[in-house]
Formats: sequence, C-alpha cells, structure tokens
Amino acid sequence: MNFRSFASDYGMLAVLILLCAYFSWATLQEQPPRGEAAAQALADVLAEEAPANASIAILSKSNPDGTRFAQRLQERLESAGLTVTAALQGDPPSVRTRLRELTAQGTEIDILATTADYRLLAESLVEAQPELSQADVRLPPASRWPTFLLTENLLNVANQIVVIAVIAIGMTMVIITGGIDLSVGSLIALSAVAATWLIRWAGAAEASASEMVLASLGGILLSAGLGLFSGVMVTAVRIPSFIATLAMMQVASGLAFIISGGLPIYQVPDTYTALGRGQLFSIPIAVILMAILYLLAHLLMSHTRLGRYIYAVGGNAEAARLSGVRVQRIRLFVFAVSGAMAGLGGIVLASQLKSGSPTYGLTYELYVIAAVVVGGASLSGGRGKIFGTLIGALIIAVINNGMNLTNVESYTQKVVLGFVVLGAVVLDSIRKRAWKN
Amino acid sequence: MSPATVQETTSNASPPPSDGQIRPLLKMEGIDKAFPGVQALKDAGITVHAGEVVALMGENGAGKSTLVKALVGIHHPDAGKISFLGRQVRFDTPLQAIEAGIAVIYQEFNLVPELTVRENLFLGQEKARFWIDRSGEQAKALEVLKRLEADLDPEAKVGALSVAQQQAVEIAKALLLKAKIIFMDEPTAALSPREVDRLLEVIGDLRDEGLGIVYISHRLEEVFRVADTVTVLRDGELVGIRPTSEMTRPQLIELMVGRKVEAEFPSREKPDQARSPEASSRQPLIEVRGLTAGDKVKDVSFSLYPGEILGLSGLVGAGRTALARLIFAADPIDSGQILLRGKPLHQRSPVDAIGNGICLLNEDRKLQGLFLEHAVQANFAIASLSKFSRLGWVRDQAVRRALQRYVERFRIRMPGMGTPVKNLSGGNQQKVLLARWLETHSDIVLFDEPTRGIDVGAKYDIYILVNELAAAGKGVLFISSEFPEVLGMCDRILVMHEGRLKGEVRDVKNATQEDLLAMAVS
Repeated sequence: MNFRSFASDYGMLAVLILLCAYFSWATLQEQPPRGEAAAQALADVLAEEAPANASIAILSKSNPDGTRFAQRLQERLESAGLTVTAALQGDPPSVRTRLRELTAQGTEIDILATTADYRLLAESLVEAQPELSQADVRLPPASRWPTFLLTENLLNVANQIVVIAVIAIGMTMVIITGGIDLSVGSLIALSAVAATWLIRWAGAAEASASEMVLASLGGILLSAGLGLFSGVMVTAVRIPSFIATLAMMQVASGLAFIISGGLPIYQVPDTYTALGRGQLFSIPIAVILMAILYLLAHLLMSHTRLGRYIYAVGGNAEAARLSGVRVQRIRLFVFAVSGAMAGLGGIVLASQLKSGSPTYGLTYELYVIAAVVVGGASLSGGRGKIFGTLIGALIIAVINNGMNLTNVESYTQKVVLGFVVLGAVVLDSIRKRAWKN
Repeated sequence: MSPATVQETTSNASPPPSDGQIRPLLKMEGIDKAFPGVQALKDAGITVHAGEVVALMGENGAGKSTLVKALVGIHHPDAGKISFLGRQVRFDTPLQAIEAGIAVIYQEFNLVPELTVRENLFLGQEKARFWIDRSGEQAKALEVLKRLEADLDPEAKVGALSVAQQQAVEIAKALLLKAKIIFMDEPTAALSPREVDRLLEVIGDLRDEGLGIVYISHRLEEVFRVADTVTVLRDGELVGIRPTSEMTRPQLIELMVGRKVEAEFPSREKPDQARSPEASSRQPLIEVRGLTAGDKVKDVSFSLYPGEILGLSGLVGAGRTALARLIFAADPIDSGQILLRGKPLHQRSPVDAIGNGICLLNEDRKLQGLFLEHAVQANFAIASLSKFSRLGWVRDQAVRRALQRYVERFRIRMPGMGTPVKNLSGGNQQKVLLARWLETHSDIVLFDEPTRGIDVGAKYDIYILVNELAAAGKGVLFISSEFPEVLGMCDRILVMHEGRLKGEVRDVKNATQEDLLAMAVS
C-alpha cells in the first residue's frame, strides 16, 4: 500500500532519474578539467614525472578560471620543490609575445603547463620557436564525464525552467480544485510589459532599486488581479474556468500590446537582470527563488487548512460545501495565486531578457499544464502534489536540454514532448484502473 | 397476447421434469476467486430455476457482487463450474452473457440520460444497417412496456424519468434481449414504498412467465415478500440455500452475520418527557416555523427537543431531505423561521450551520459526503479542521488520535488512515462520515438515511450510536424510508407528503407500518 501510493505520487521521479541517467550516458565524453581542479591534477602529474630541476612556464587565459589555474598550479609546484620560471596569462598574442621575449633573453623552458584552452597555442609555440623545441606541453589529464552532468549545465537546466516551474505552482493549485487557467501565458507578457513600462516611466536606465522592486510588484499585482477576476467569473457567474481563462488570455495579451504599443521595452537599468541572471553562492538567484516558492507551496498544500480545503474542493465540491468549506473563496484564492505566479514568471523572464515584450510567454500555458500533468495531478481535480509538479517541470527541462546536447532538432523535440505528456496521462489512467479492482 | 407468445411462456413455465428433478436454469458451483490479498469467493455458488425468485443475501463484502461479476465475465473465476440451460458455459465478456440471456441490472443504471426510452431500449441492438426503423422499434417498445404495465412514452428522454421509471426501462431492455435470468442489485434502494410494491408485482409476473430472477437486497422485508428461496453468502462462501417459507427473519440475519443477533434495534431508556414534549417545560433545541422553499417544502413547523430521536418519514421525494438541507442552510429558504434555543437563526451557508452546532449526514454518501479519492483521515477531519489546526497549520497527530477513538468505538475496519476512502466498504464509509460529524460535537444532528445500503452488523452499530447521541442530550432528526427502522428507533415520528407535514405519531410503540404508510400517501 505504502509502496503503491509512493509509486503513484513519485513514479515520475523514477522517470526523471532514468532520463538523467540516459542523457548522462549519451553525453559522456572527455571533459578537460578547468580552474583549480585542473591545477591540482596537473601538479600531481608534474610532481611525479617532471625532473626536479625542470623549468616550468604556466600558460593560461586571463579569465577567472585561468587565474585560479595559474595561481594554484604555481603554489602547488613550488611547494613540491619545482621551479616555475614564468606564469603567462593573457590572450594568445600577448602570451606568444611574452614567451618569445623570455626565450629571447635566454631563459630555458622545459615544460609548458597549460589547460585544454591553450593546448593548440602551446603546441604551435613549440613548433614555431626553435628555442622551445625541447619543451614538453603538459596538460592536466582529462577525465570522462557527461556534459549533461556538468555543474554549469545542470544550473542551466534549472534556470531555463524557472519561469514555467514557478507558474506551474499556481497551475497545480487551480488544477487540484478541478479548474484550469489558460491565461498564464498572456499574464507573463502583461506582467513583464507592465513592470518594464513602470521602470521606464520611473526613470528608465536610471531607475533605483526600490523603484524596480515596486514596478515588479506592480506587474505581479496586476496579474494577480486579473487572475482574481477570472476567479470571480468562475465562482459568481459560474462560467467554466476553461472559457473564463480563455477569454482572459485574449484580454491580458491585448492589454500587454496596448501598454507597450506593440514594441519591446528595453529602457531598464543593467541591474534589472539581477533576478534573472544573478547568482548567490554560485547558484542562480532565480533558481533559489523557485526552490523557496516550491517549499512554501508544499507546506501550504500538505500541512495547512487552506491546502486541505483546496484538495477537498477539487475532490468533491458539493461535499466540501456541505462540510463547511467556503468553496467560492478557495476558488478565488487559487486563481489569484495562479495570476500572481504568472506575474512573477513574467518578471523573471523580463529580468533574464532585460526587456519586456508583449510577445513573451506565448504558448507557455501549454508547457505549464504539461508540467503539472506529467507531475501527476489529475485534471479532474482533487489529486496532485506540488513536488510532483516540480518533477514534471524538470522532466520537460531535462528532455529539452538533453535533446539539445545530443543534437536533436527542435521540431523532433516537440514531437517527443507531446508523447511524454500523453504517456503521463496514460500512466495515470492505468494507475486509476489498477486501483478499481 | 399473440398465440406464439403464449406457447413460449407455457413451455417456459413448465420445464420437463424428465429425471424426476427439475433442471436448473443456472447453476454455479465451487466458485473461487482471489484478488491480491483477498479471497473474495471461496466455494461460492447459486442455483436458479425457471420461474423462481432467488434472494442473494449477505453482508457487504460477502461476495454477492463478485459472484455476479464472475458469472458475466467481468471477473474470471479461479475455479468452479457454471452451467446455464444445461450446458457448461464460461463467459469472457458481459456481452457474451447478455447474448446468452443473462441480464444484470446494476444499482447504477446503464442508461443514456440524453436519449429517449426507445433509443435506450434498442441501443446497440439497432436492426437497421443505417436508417433506424423507428415505427417498428416504437411498436416493440410499447409492447414490452405494456407487458411491464409501465405507462411510459417511448419518446420521453430517460434523464427526465423517475428512478422507478428508469428501472422499468432497464427491465424492458432485459426482456427485449430475451433474457432468461435477470439479476437485480439493490433494485429498491431508491424507490418509495408504493414503487417497491409495483416492482415486486412485476417481479412476480416475470417469475410466472418463467424467468429466473435473482434479487440482491439488504431489505429483509422485501426478500420475505418476493423470494422463493434465499441463498446466503458469508465471507465469500455459500453458507445456505433455504426456502423462504421455512425461515424467520432472525434466522436469516443469523445466517448472514454468522452469530446470533439479539434484536434488530438496540433498546434504550426512553425519557418520558421526550414522548410528550409539551408536558415538559423544556425549551426545544430547534424550532421550525412555517418553513417554505419552492414546492419541495411547504409551511413546515415542528420542534426538536434535547435527548429526542425525532423520526422523519415519508415517501422518496416527499421533501424530507429538502427540509433537512434547509435547516443546515445548504439551500436558501423562501420564507419561515428557524429558532435555535428560542433565538432566530440567520444562516447563509453550511459554514454558519456548523458554527451553530448543526450537522447533516447526507443521504447520498458518494456524491455529497465523501471525497472518494482522499484518505480516510482527510475525509474525517474536513469539517473540524479549524479545531485540529493552530494558525492554519494542521496537526495531523491530533487528527489521527481523534480518529483512532472513533475507529475503536464504531469498529471501523480499514487498512489504514491513509487509505483512500473509496477502498472501504459502504458500512465503514458511513461510519467515517458519522465520525466526521460527531467530531464537530454538534447539538443538533440531522441524519438522512443513515443506514442506506449498509449491512446488518453496521446498521446495528449505527443504531447504538444514535441512541448514545440522544442519551447525551442531543437532538436527533432521523430520516428514513424504512418504516420498521423509524418505528424501532424513534421517540416521535413526523410524516411528510408532497412537501407538507401530514401527521405526527406520538405513540410509536403502538403504531404500525400501515399507519405510517397511510399518512405518507394521503
């Protein structure tokens, strides 16, 4: 029983892990190490193999990785008793010039220590300069490692899915109450346009941080307000949510074009990208924001009264009403949350792209709904898990990213994604049937 | 009736007793069926002769439905023999069973509400290749409806028909398919006494025409009226086949439950003042004055006193449920007043009613009570979540502790508190709902058909509980269509008819079912 409920709640986790395993295998290749790891590995090799009196020159790029590599390698080699004759950092021409100066002064160099970045440079130098013909080019030993699992790629996956994943939080709540919100894609555009318009109005590129925060809140509140309006249509006027939010999709999109005059708004300060592109402890801020929101939403849905009521409304609205649940208020709440989350998604997107355009978010609602459904929520309401949705969003992101890495063209990606959504729904219905007997 | 039909029926009605023993229409023997973790059937069986009504009895979970499903090919039995019309058979799909002449009428009808009676009757059996032979179908439909003495327009939409009429359509469909045996699963669950009488007459007629009828019901009274023999299953096992005439009610209950049952209704100390409320100076818990809503409830006035079990009886559709819903503020009131301990109530929704100490156990467990997919625990806690939470945070430990008390007290049987409630039997589901409402500690308890569709043992538990509530000084409004139950449980009985209160029975001890029926139909 426990296993079965675990499997039904988190069966998609297994799918996600399998996908990750597959793409890890498919992208397994030689990965030249960088930075300190490269320095460490190369130092170990040289300490072992280099003659004690060898004269070593370190060649590296002048980027942070290169700097770290050069500094660390020098330290390590010197502590191992080896001689670092020169540490040359810079672009290829300057490295070449300085090396030529050194050899011209008569400095002997036995070993050129560098990374994969400057491998070709080093080898061409050895060939071109007779003084260096005796020199060895030494690189840190490469290790086999999947491109998919490189830290920067994983962060990339997370960063790309943030907007969809954040909106999927609100969508999960709406779907659990038995509704649907088709307006989120347009609300992304509206929120992005409204926020950037406000920033331009407040001072364009000179806008202050607090003005940017207020403008963003304005975009989020506007979206939440329109979400609430959809909720009113669904509860008070009793229009099916499919229709009410379909209409709102048009309204919000139209408003975004009206506000922006149909053109993207670029006049925002450079610092506006802090949310979308910034990092904290080398983790993207947007990803941290997403993680926090998921944690809060999980706690809300599984441990609070409000969460229980949301499930109850979707499970059986009439029974919920007769059990003393204010069904209408719950519905209003989830549509407002969905609007607010779409608004926040719009802000993140505007920050990532450093502009607001009325064309943002087109067909995003489909990806969001796909994430929720793949995550195991039932479109007939009453069932679904917040972390299931996160897994669903990650599955979509991993499939996209993995197919990009394995050079699958984007049209094929769409086909695959469509079948993944179908597969999730089929799995769900098989699971339901298995329960009946 | 055409000569051909007469001939057919006579030949059916008198099966040839060739070897001295009448060959049964259907014989199922030694049927075993196991599901993961459960032995649903163990050496179960049933024998049905032509021209016989067999009552298939047993508590919920005894395996009645499984046996029927094993016959028609929804489940495939692990072992056992089925012979039908003297031949060994095995149906792989329900369609094969229907074509062979076995019809099953389930509690949930297999009708399309948007289609007409005629269209439903011929659904899937349309003779024409493309164009429907409408007039031909209509004539056949009229003929079969006449045979059932059902006054129905073949062109009426099925969705607009009453439950009894829809049932007639189902039976007509079975006859059109030339069924030799008709299984009926709880056919009277949603019928009024008059409609039950009609149905039992029809069943008698069909028996006389030579059909075999299997009647599955919890209502002992009807079983004794209509059935020739009783087949009892207990825990998936065939425990007895007896002629109804050689059995008494207690014997049948004993056979079903497997232990001796002292009485159908638990006894209790009935407070004298409850029987004559006016004699006491006590204030009524709740007083209803001239309550009216649409044409469902018209000008109803009554009082409910503390410690009283007030029966509310009448036919289905008499307005009893509507009245209870008005008191619970589930529906809007047109006019009239409700006084709680003498003070007028202004309730806008069930939220207010629950706050005022009123609770309503619905008649429709599945549609209006349960969250079928959700855990037992969640179903239990939903109406008292504010009590179980602090600053909006639900304390699940407290929920489980509270539920555990009810599990022990009501003997709720379930795999665990996290199990989806749909996996529980009907009786246990009802007990979970009772626990939900008891946990609100309401003073006014409205019970709408609290024992519908649940087995004898669970019924008794619920009766005890109702008595305990009254003993604790609460006011219980006990709505039931089963007259014996109302007579056995209540201190006073109100009878409704077409939205109005038609009468009140004070001297319950000396009242009879006929008395109640007389008031209910006038």
